[in-house]
Amino acid sequence: MATEHADNAHHAEHALTPSGYIEHHLSFNAQPVADGAGFWTLHVDTFVMSVALGFLVMGLVWLVARKATAGVPSKGQAFVELVFSFIDDQVKNIFHGNRHSFIAPTALTVFLWVFAMNSMDFLPVDWVAGIVSFFGGPDAKWRAVPTSDINTTFALALSVWVLMIFFAIKVKGFGGFIHEIFCAPFGSKIWVWPANFLFNMIEYISKPLSHSLRLFGNMYAGEVIFLLLGLWAATGVTGTIAGAILGAGWSIFHILIVALQAFIFMMLTVVYLAMAHEGH
Amino acid sequence: MNINFTLIAQAIAFAVLIWFTVKFVWPPLLKAIEARQKEIADGLAAAADGRSALEVAAKKSEVTLTEAKHKASEIVAQAEKRGTQIIEEAKANAKVEGERIIAGAKAEIDQEVNRAKEGLRAQVSTLAIAGAEKILRKEIDAKAHSELLSKLAAEL
Repeated sequence: MATEHADNAHHAEHALTPSGYIEHHLSFNAQPVADGAGFWTLHVDTFVMSVALGFLVMGLVWLVARKATAGVPSKGQAFVELVFSFIDDQVKNIFHGNRHSFIAPTALTVFLWVFAMNSMDFLPVDWVAGIVSFFGGPDAKWRAVPTSDINTTFALALSVWVLMIFFAIKVKGFGGFIHEIFCAPFGSKIWVWPANFLFNMIEYISKPLSHSLRLFGNMYAGEVIFLLLGLWAATGVTGTIAGAILGAGWSIFHILIVALQAFIFMMLTVVYLAMAHEGH
Repeated sequence: MNINFTLIAQAIAFAVLIWFTVKFVWPPLLKAIEARQKEIADGLAAAADGRSALEVAAKKSEVTLTEAKHKASEIVAQAEKRGTQIIEEAKANAKVEGERIIAGAKAEIDQEVNRAKEGLRAQVSTLAIAGAEKILRKEIDAKAHSELLSKLAAEL
């Protein structure tokens, strides 16, 4: 394939160099949505993939939930109930309130959606690139894993962060919320107010950062390793065999990472929202 | 690492997905699962009730059985007693009847004997008269002697 591209002078600049390969695979299909680009750019690949996956997954669950029966469940319903009970048990252990009205369904959404988006890492990177260049030409870019886009993870973490502040104010009142920022965790004496404020600010800033960067880092690193193995495969027969074996190993290990990161992201969401409901 | 409009788009998608799940996915699943849990709990409770009812019934039947056995043995004992009584009564009746029959027979025998004696007495007197007639025909007056002989016969 590399030689084919080398023969074709038009394609040479895209396919030959390792840095070109990496750059091509790690570039977003960015489209401006307003004049001047900059912030007003949309990663079409990230957006389309995530929305499609989100509605595919939640739609499948909805199709089952719609016909849910209290009697003997079908195999599909049994599986959905398994996931449901798993999430519900986790939430029940962390959050002690009416979890069914919001937090538990949110946890289910986060878990299934993030899991589906992470799973796109199992698609062989060059197949995705191959399909996209078949339809869109060699310049077309398409990143299949939405969670390896910082925008996705940051959007989720910031949404959770907003919900966190919303619930904190809803439960404790605005006064209680402000009181907590200045009077927890060290006490309400006026000379510890700065320390408390600093402490809480660090907490409020670090929560969304660690929440989003953990998922992003794991998925991005996973993608980069697949790309490096792909590069190795381009060096010859030995590289192809070694790359294939290591790629298979990394894929298998990645099954764990995909599930684990989705689970961690969901758990942190629940923990943050539960903490917002509790006073210090 | 460029933050851009994608973030806002993703946040909106996230919000829509959460709304969808809260509204359409979670409630029916929860309802089905809770209904099933209740059904199972009810079933278990009913089973426990049934088990205790069975225990009570078993106890009751045991009591009834013991009572029945007791009554049956009582009836048997009574019957045995009554049987012996009847046998005793029958024996006594038989004895009395036997005695009565014997007494009747004895009386009849006595009567027969007396009747025979009468007959014999009459015949003896006739024979004696006949004999005496034959003897005395030659010697004495029949009339006087017959009177004497009748007196004799009456004395017998």
